[in-house]
Amino acid sequence: MSAYDIAQLSRLIGMLPPAPADWVQAAQELPRARRELDTIVERAEADQAFREGVVADLETALRAEGIEPTRPLLEELRRRVSE
Amino acid sequence: MEAARDDGEAAALGATQLTAEASDAQLVARCRTGDEDAWRELVDRFSRYVYAICVQAFRLPEHDAEDVYQEVFARVYEKLETLREDDAFRPWIAQLTRRLCIDRKRSGAREEPADEVPETAADDVLGELEEAFDVHEALAALPDNCQEILDRFFARDESYRTIGDALELPAGTIASRISRCLTKLRDHWEETGPSTRPESR
Repeated sequence: MSAYDIAQLSRLIGMLPPAPADWVQAAQELPRARRELDTIVERAEADQAFREGVVADLETALRAEGIEPTRPLLEELRRRVSE
Repeated sequence: MEAARDDGEAAALGATQLTAEASDAQLVARCRTGDEDAWRELVDRFSRYVYAICVQAFRLPEHDAEDVYQEVFARVYEKLETLREDDAFRPWIAQLTRRLCIDRKRSGAREEPADEVPETAADDVLGELEEAFDVHEALAALPDNCQEILDRFFARDESYRTIGDALELPAGTIASRISRCLTKLRDHWEETGPSTRPESR
């Protein structure tokens, strides 16, 4: 980069806008989401009716625990309650 | 990665900025101990970078970009133990994001043929994004609200009025502040070794 290229610096600053806030929040809350997911799976293993409800509507099951149902979490929950 | 505690704090929303308080290696090491504050900071530090790779380098549509973005951090969370050199976190997450973007483009193209982004073109943008990441880190060293003013104006596309209202500054002074801050950034950039950085593309 040229020593005097302020225009280039400005352009580079503009190349990294923030990600949508809800995406960031969901990623930051992954540790908690994983714990809640473990709880759902444990309960599903112990309660057949609960398990059927989870399988029928994974998104609602996650939302009920306050977890944003991102695709990786949905896939993991689907995999674990189907095992 | 095992979570050691949950302090229940709400995650910081998009207003946070890249900081140089802890090195990537230090942050990664803290994440491995289950430090959830460190995890939040790690996400915060690399969020823009991952997002930009998805939407600028690979031009993923928003819904695909969101899936890849969440997948990147989910895999980082799961695989952090396998990172051999903590100092190499940035290239590692860049490579992971790149690979997931390519996978997404290919699976999307099978279902619905669309404009292809040549991987070489994407890699050119990736090089620029790496440089942009360095510039954002350099911003953190600037005084007098410079980091926030420059970020709001150039990265968030905010108007002088919006910036002035948010920072309780007269809107008429924002342009001159931006100019002064850019000069400070350029001076700092030169002092901290721009010669070691790649030439402009």
